[in-house]
This record gives sequence, C-alpha cells and structure tokens, in this order.
Amino acid sequence: MVKLKEALESCLEEFFLPGNSCCAGCGLEIALRWAMKALGPNTALVSPASCLNVVVGLWPKTAPNFPFTNMAFAAAAAAATGMSAAFKTKDYRFPGKVWGEMTTLVFAGDGGTTDIGIQGLSGAAERNSDFIYCCYDNEAYMNTGIQRSSSTPHGAITTTTTLGKERYKKNLPRIMAAHEIPYVATCSVSEPLDLYEKFKKAKSIEGCKYIHILASCPPGWGIASEDSIEIPRLAVKTGSWILYEIENGELTLSKKSKPLLDPTKRAPLIEYLSRQKRFSKISEKVLIELQERLDLQWSKIADELSCQENHH
Amino acid sequence: MVEATNDFVQEKETIVIKGNVSAAYAAKSARVQVISAYPITPQTTVVEKLSEFVDNGLMPGTQYIKVESEHSVMASIIAASKAGTRTFTATAGQGLFYMFEMLHWASGSRLPIVTTIASRGAAPPWNIWADFTDVISCRDTGWMTAFCATHQEIYDEILMSYKICEDSDVLLPKFVAYGGFILSHTSKPVIIEDQDLVDSFLPPLPDEKGWPHIWFDPERPLMFGNLIMPSGFYYEFRMKIHDAMVRAKEKIKRVAKDFEKIFGRNYGNGLTQEYKMDGADVGMVIYGDLALQMEQAVDDLREEGYKVGMIKLRHLRPFPVEDIIEIAKKVPLLGVVDRATAFGSPTGGPVSCEVKTALHEVKGTARILPMINGLGGREVTLEQQKVQLKMLIKLNETGELPKDMLYGTLWDGLLEVK
Repeated sequence: MVKLKEALESCLEEFFLPGNSCCAGCGLEIALRWAMKALGPNTALVSPASCLNVVVGLWPKTAPNFPFTNMAFAAAAAAATGMSAAFKTKDYRFPGKVWGEMTTLVFAGDGGTTDIGIQGLSGAAERNSDFIYCCYDNEAYMNTGIQRSSSTPHGAITTTTTLGKERYKKNLPRIMAAHEIPYVATCSVSEPLDLYEKFKKAKSIEGCKYIHILASCPPGWGIASEDSIEIPRLAVKTGSWILYEIENGELTLSKKSKPLLDPTKRAPLIEYLSRQKRFSKISEKVLIELQERLDLQWSKIADELSCQENHH
Repeated sequence: MVEATNDFVQEKETIVIKGNVSAAYAAKSARVQVISAYPITPQTTVVEKLSEFVDNGLMPGTQYIKVESEHSVMASIIAASKAGTRTFTATAGQGLFYMFEMLHWASGSRLPIVTTIASRGAAPPWNIWADFTDVISCRDTGWMTAFCATHQEIYDEILMSYKICEDSDVLLPKFVAYGGFILSHTSKPVIIEDQDLVDSFLPPLPDEKGWPHIWFDPERPLMFGNLIMPSGFYYEFRMKIHDAMVRAKEKIKRVAKDFEKIFGRNYGNGLTQEYKMDGADVGMVIYGDLALQMEQAVDDLREEGYKVGMIKLRHLRPFPVEDIIEIAKKVPLLGVVDRATAFGSPTGGPVSCEVKTALHEVKGTARILPMINGLGGREVTLEQQKVQLKMLIKLNETGELPKDMLYGTLWDGLLEVK
C-alpha cells in the first residue's frame, strides 16, 4: 500500500477546493478530495441530486476545479454512459488529444444509487459502460433531512423511521458484483490511502467500475464533527463495514479487514453503534441479533475465500 | 451488402422505405455521433435500422448506446450533447412520457438534440396507434415541435431540424413527430440525398471545443447546473428560452428556404404550408399525416366547385402566431382538426386552443370551428374529411353548426353508443 508521506507528497494538487459548504466533518468531502487526488484533472464528474449538488456552492461559486455537471436524481449512470460515449467519439474525430484519456466519474449518494438510481446503474453495469461509479454512502437521505433509504442500516433512527429502521441495509456492492463488472470495491473515509489506491486501480481498468464508500455524516448519524473519522474506523474495526475488492469475480479482503476473518480480532459491534445517537433505540435483543448476523456474514466470506482458494 | 468505410458514404438514391427507416437514414445523413435508444412500438424500426447501419460500419465513429429505459435515453443523450457531440434518439407515447423529467434538462441546458416521435395514444387502455397527445403533452418543456405529413418530410425535417437547433441564436432541442403506423410502418419512395450535398447544407459537426455555451473540458473546467437562488438568474434563463424559441421562427423560415434551394423540395415557409387557400371561402388547419389526405379532400371538393383550402401546421412550437393571423384574415371561417386531446381546455383540442388564443383580440379574423378526430389511430377516411369540409361550407353559408357538438367542438367519427 502507498505510504501516507508518499501520497501526501504526490497529491498536493486539490481539485475540490476550500470554500465549499460541506458541514464540518463531512465524509463526502474527504471521499471526493481523495478520489480526485487519485484520478487527476482529466476527469469529468456527473453528480445526481444529493448533498454534493449543494455543497459545491451556490451559483456562481463552484468548488470543483474540474469538469462537473449536475444531473437528475435517477439519471447519473445513464448520463455518465452518454458522457463516456461522447469522449470516445471525440477521440475518434480528434485522435491523440485528451479525449482518449478522460475518466468519467459519478459521485452519487446512497439514495441516488441504491434507490432511485438503481435501474440506470444496473443498466449501465450490464452494458459495461466505461466509467467509475462511486456511491458515497452516508446511509440516509441526508440532503433532504435524514429520511431512510434502502441503505439505512437496521435499527437506525431517521426522520421517517422514528423508532429505528425495521429492514436491513441493501448490499449494493454485492448486487453490482452480480453484474459481473470488472471491478467492485468498498472503502471507508477513515482509510484514505486504501481509497486512493482503489480509485487509482479503477482508473486503469476499462469498463464499469463500482466503488462504495462509507461516508460519515455528523448531523445524520448523531456524532460530533471531530469523530467523523473515528466512527467509520470503528465500523471497519468491528467488521460492520468490510473493506474488499472484487476483481473479475474474485474477492480479496483489503488490509484493514483481512485480519478480521479471525473473530477474536473483531471489536464488538456495540463499540460502533453505541457512539451514534441514531442507534440509541436499539434494544439488547436486537443488538445480539445484529452481532449474530454480522458473525454469520463473516463466516460466509471465509467460506467464499476458501472456495476460491480450492478452485485455484 | 455495403462495405464498411472510414467515412459516411451516401449517393443520392430513391428507395421505397418505411417512415421509421426514413428517420434512420436522416440521422445517418446528419452524421450523428451519439445515438441512445430504447425500443418502443411504433418507433422500433428506427432503432433497428440504426443498429444495422452502425453494426455494418456505415456510421464510423458513431457511438450507439442501447439503454434500459427512456429516462436513461434522454439522460445519456443530454450528457453526450453537453460534451459537444451531435446526438439523435427516437421514441413514442409511453416512452416519451417516461423521459419527461429529462426533457426540461435538455432545454434548460440549451442542447440541440433532435428526437423523432412516432406518435401513439396514451394508455390506458393500451394504444399504439396514431395520436399526437404524446408529443403535445410535452408542449411546455422548451422543445420545438414539428409535424410531418409524408415519409419524405420525415427525412427532410430531421435535416432541417439539426440546422435550426444548432444555430447559436437558438440552441434548443426539437421533436420531429409523425403518426404511428400510418407513417412509421407504411412504405413510400423517399429520396436519400447525396452525402456531400447534405454536408454542404448542415452546419459542420461541433469542433473540439463543443458548443459555445456548454462543455466538459479539463482545460476549461466549469460546472453546469448548480443550485441558483431566486435572486439569481434562474428567471432570466427561462425568459431567454422563450425568447430563443420565438426568434427561432425566422430561423425556421430561412432554413426552409435554404433547403428548397439546395434540395428542391418546398415546405411552405417552414412553419406553415398553405394549400389552395387562394380564393377559398373556408379553410382547414390540420397537422401530421391527416394533412396529406386532406389535400386530396380539398382537390376533390374543388373539382366539385367548392372553394375550400387548407393550412398544414408544420410547427406547434414555436407557434406560428403571425401566419395564423394572416390566414385567418383571408377567410371568415377556419376549421382546426386535432388528432390529440387537451382535456378540460376551452375546446378539448390542443391546437384549436392555440389557434383561438393566437386570434384573440385580433379584429377581422376568422371564426374557429374546433374538431377532433382519429384518436388512438381511429381511421379517418377521405370521405369523412370531405364531409368535414362541407360542414365548414354549410356553417359559413347558413350559420348551421354540425350536429352532436360537445361543448362547441365537433368530435368526429365517434362510435354510436346505444
């Protein structure tokens, strides 16, 4: 993995500039800054309705220092397909210019990805459209005031699940992997170097790449701004958020998650949940159930990895 | 089988083709760079023919995206157009309704996108036959809208539309609509023009920098579409769309003239096309494929000694207010035939409402008799159209209105309900 010092030295250039209107401790801002450091200036971004539409600044101020377009809520993946197609046809007419080097990037929230945008995203993935689709997942509709999405975890309080959400979080990275696209990865804003490397790798791959980032939201999660790195780090440490890559169907656990195959290395889930107000209504019974589900999920991953190994 | 080349090749030829195939040939003649489409009856053969062209290497460099829905069609076309490419798609009925949200994104971004509509009735109940309610329901989205009456006009109007839309004073998207099945699936001879001649007529494809007002270019990083407060320029942007659309009328007229000069086919002044209105006692305003048959009805009645004429409405948006006023000063009575509905509106027919609005408070203009017929593809016969013209004559001469009017509008050709 790239060293922090090395990354900081090679990534002095900023593409998401100061003066944007992100909340203090916004996970999205960290995710976009580091993603853009990895991708560089020859990147054009499609942003469907989400916090990102707003935090970039009100007209005529703009924080992104690269080509950027706002887009309708359900339309991000299709728009990115069109943008990518336009770069290809421009590369045909004007060969040897920047058009063949362009990376098309979507940055969408969990609502725009797991709910309203999933049809367009699934279509683009099946077509293997050439772009990187990134979901920054803060686990609810934060832009419109913390309503539940299909990515909101079980037990979380939102303004539309006032007693805690009954259903479970939709596992979108696995749904994307089921489309047999060349690259799927999960990231956390608490692990920027891991995120940086995954975006670098995605940029080098032709076809549809999907990266799902756990992005903390202090007001939405009920955490202090200064804890917006610590809390997603706990999500990783407890094994609640698993960092991995699926390259051409093959699963690899990332550095911070791999040791957690050993259950004794995993911090208890309660350490992650108890630090957030959104989980304040979870009962002991539900907590036990959630821990059991998580342990089962890890057992399945261990099975999958050993199955892969046997196959080789 | 034509061999693949590294350029678009087309010699002038006359071929017998379906209206949809005529649309596909026009997109090829226009050298469109990005196509995105989703199949829907009765548009399907447009996208099939384009697939054939692209798969056989006849449209080198063209990207053809086969998306999973019409919403994604327009989203992908919008992004491709923003990036500075000439784009094309085709849809109909339910598909057009499904892309409705994105229509405003196209006009609001001032993109010169051309989209053909093989018009069909709105469900329920399911209906796939000619009815312009689909495209007219999109009247206020900031898209220009043209109607075609013949297979040749589909080809010609698409070419003219690119020239109009890409004019830097216009920069708006446009629908080219024609009746589902009646034009989309019947075959007629169509002249496909020589590629060099088409190239000389159309503006060149956008250069590397793209359109003058919108681009995705790392050397000129800009952001498009961000939130704007009520005190910002949102209101002014809207005013400018209206202004551009109204001023597009002069462009449409000029392009129709240029087209006639180069290709020799006349479409009136581009906005409207009069037929035998000289010396007419009454006239019929009509659009789409029924206009062609109405010409025959006018001819037949003229032979019988009736002084009748007609006006083919070629554009609904921008609406040719001045032409309509001028025509309405020539005769005391105009019928207006809609193959579409505007429920609860003053007449029930969208175009008759427009005509009445255009003439409101203009002294010395014709009385209007609104008519509706042919909804959901219901057959409208030549005989029926002749009777419609005779009703006009009778009303003009005796003041007698047709029987069975509904709130001042003739719903012609209804089944008898017992």
